[in-house]
Amino acid sequence: METVKLTIDNKEVEVPKGTTIYKAAKQLGIDIPVLCYMELKDLNIENKPAGCRICVVEVEGRRNLAPSCSTDCTEGMVVKTHTMRVINARRTILELILSDHPKDCLVCPKSGHCELQDMAIKLGVRNIPGEEYAEMSTYRVDTSPSIIRDLDKCIMCRRCEMMCNTVQTVGALNAINRGFQAVVAPAFEQNLEKSTCTYCGQCVAVCPTGALTEVDHTPKVIRALADPSKKVIVQTAPAIRVALGEEFGMKPGTIVTGKMVAALREIGFDYVFDTDFAADLTIMEEGTELLDRLTRHLNGDKSVKLPILTSCCPGWVNFFEHNFNDMLDVPSTAKSPQQMFGAIAKTYFAEKMGIKREDLVVVSVMPCLAKKYEAQRDEFKVNGNPDVDFSISTRELAHLIKEFNINFADLQDQDFDRPLGESSGAAVIFGATGGVIEAATRTAYEVQTGKKLEKIDFEQLRGMEGIRSATVDFNGLPINIGIAHGLGNARKLLEDVRSGKANYHAIEVMACPGGCIGGGGQPLHHGDSSILKARTEAIYREDAGKPVRKSHENKYIIKLYEEYLGKPMSEKAHHLLHTHYFDKGPKDIFIQKLED
Amino acid sequence: MSHIKIELKKEDVAKLKEICKSFNNQAGELINVLHKAQTHFGYLPAEVQEIVSQELNIPVAKVYGVVTFYSFFTMLPKGQHPISICTGTACYVRGAENVVDEFKRILNIKVGETTPDGKFSLSCLRCVGACGLAPVVMVGEKVYGRVSPDGVKDILNEYE
Repeated sequence: METVKLTIDNKEVEVPKGTTIYKAAKQLGIDIPVLCYMELKDLNIENKPAGCRICVVEVEGRRNLAPSCSTDCTEGMVVKTHTMRVINARRTILELILSDHPKDCLVCPKSGHCELQDMAIKLGVRNIPGEEYAEMSTYRVDTSPSIIRDLDKCIMCRRCEMMCNTVQTVGALNAINRGFQAVVAPAFEQNLEKSTCTYCGQCVAVCPTGALTEVDHTPKVIRALADPSKKVIVQTAPAIRVALGEEFGMKPGTIVTGKMVAALREIGFDYVFDTDFAADLTIMEEGTELLDRLTRHLNGDKSVKLPILTSCCPGWVNFFEHNFNDMLDVPSTAKSPQQMFGAIAKTYFAEKMGIKREDLVVVSVMPCLAKKYEAQRDEFKVNGNPDVDFSISTRELAHLIKEFNINFADLQDQDFDRPLGESSGAAVIFGATGGVIEAATRTAYEVQTGKKLEKIDFEQLRGMEGIRSATVDFNGLPINIGIAHGLGNARKLLEDVRSGKANYHAIEVMACPGGCIGGGGQPLHHGDSSILKARTEAIYREDAGKPVRKSHENKYIIKLYEEYLGKPMSEKAHHLLHTHYFDKGPKDIFIQKLED
Repeated sequence: MSHIKIELKKEDVAKLKEICKSFNNQAGELINVLHKAQTHFGYLPAEVQEIVSQELNIPVAKVYGVVTFYSFFTMLPKGQHPISICTGTACYVRGAENVVDEFKRILNIKVGETTPDGKFSLSCLRCVGACGLAPVVMVGEKVYGRVSPDGVKDILNEYE
């Protein structure tokens, strides 16, 4: 590999050709401040529009200052990162950005997690010269079922645009207008709700400021908890327990299942249940559907569509409803674990406990913003009453715990309630890319072959590669499995399926890079992909430590079928646990007149 | 921003697809395609952008981003008689701004807008190369020189 030698702040460094000054400095332990720049190394995601210019440095012999995030090192280069000229320029740049930024930090939803605020602290900005004369660019606030866009706070880093277009290929957001009027918006400045947005929330996950945030449902949850006529139950998704601790200063990858349960009980939920229970249920239904389709396909039934696609991810469901409307019969009809839980809670559990449907409030804690939209879908309501009343994110739960004066770190571990709190290790791994299909394989293999698995772990299905494939031997029958995470990867995989190039029996898709552990509702990673890795490792650790690691061996699942559902894909199961999809493809042109 | 809803005629859609095809439906030719499309339609309504987006297989948000970035592109139809006032240096120092104000007052529209009857639209440009005649106004292809605010009414009367 060709390398170049250069000096940064009087320290020599040798780097591969094509390395930026910013990265070379990092190698020397010099942290040049960046704002628009963001890199998720393990996922091959990088944003470097060189737009904010905070990262400027002085390069000897160069007339102007160079943006270090996007300037390559050259042989013999002499770089200074903290000269008077650099410091003055950097400060002026930040002051200019701040002069066109609202100053309501005290009540901003991003306060304390805002990279712009952090930068103002780092550079010690104490006043904004000319603030009283500075014009402010203003924009209306757009509220969708999941995401709020408050673009007065947009600093045009364009990370969201990169996520929405390059990574997710959703194409809902783009920079529009120019100069002072420039913002990132959907086509024709319509509301997000009218665009092709999937609510995956990756734009929110990378937004450095309060421009993109989630719709906060915690006030509604608090109100329900305070209502004596309501029984309020909660379900927590697999990816929460490996990320929530970060909000309380714990190391990424710390497993806090027991503390989380204790905190939820302390907050006042009547029953603390686990979405993992419903994940096991999903495997029973989806796995059975897979085997059913597979058997019929092998018997020559031409009406059967393969591959079967997983359908637990609501961002992914929205994506194929928008972009693959010719393939709506390919995904599994199984509802997502969140919705399966809601449906079972408001029937089986409510009947068992003698609680009226309208008196039972189901709250879900999700790593995801699309779950908020999913919970509001009409097909998941009975006479207007939703199966899941409110969906809150990991970040919102952390807020709730703090607001309820709970010292999270000191809590003693507690266990989930029964029956909807019991789960297998297979359910836990739903939180990482490849996990759902591994869980399905564990069950489908044993059901299909009638044999016990010798090795429960399917290492070949794990990893961070965007698109992965593996063949699993089902007692002589080779099953081809595809996995994609990130919607751009899903699009590639699906296009190969559509064109007949790819030949899979089953495909798992997760909308967010890394799977749910990297969801739009998780604690912010601020561009550090080692956090996502640590969460993934924690997921597999939690699985390995579970006494039961296969969904069909969860005894409360077995009991649920015995007492209530009959068998997987029975009429009752179909009614409660399966759904259908809608064509949201390119419609007639929908232009709405917007009020100014 | 408000939009005027229009329905494209079949032959317009065909023409638009032909324009895209003449650039091999390549995403990289977006600006050229929009340029040609605006020459044909006079402006780029949302409906035109939607079709360009589908033909070139790029998100409509991106097409809209390009349309709103370049001042050459417009989403509002030009009037039957487009009025352009030069506000370049020479015309400006000789009172072009007063001329602009008079047009705005009489037509009751802002720069960049079109009268509700579709007859006149108002825009400003920089230098038509006739500085000796400053301030200069163009209506369609016709050039008017040494225009004063008092003369605005006479110009408009020619088109009544």
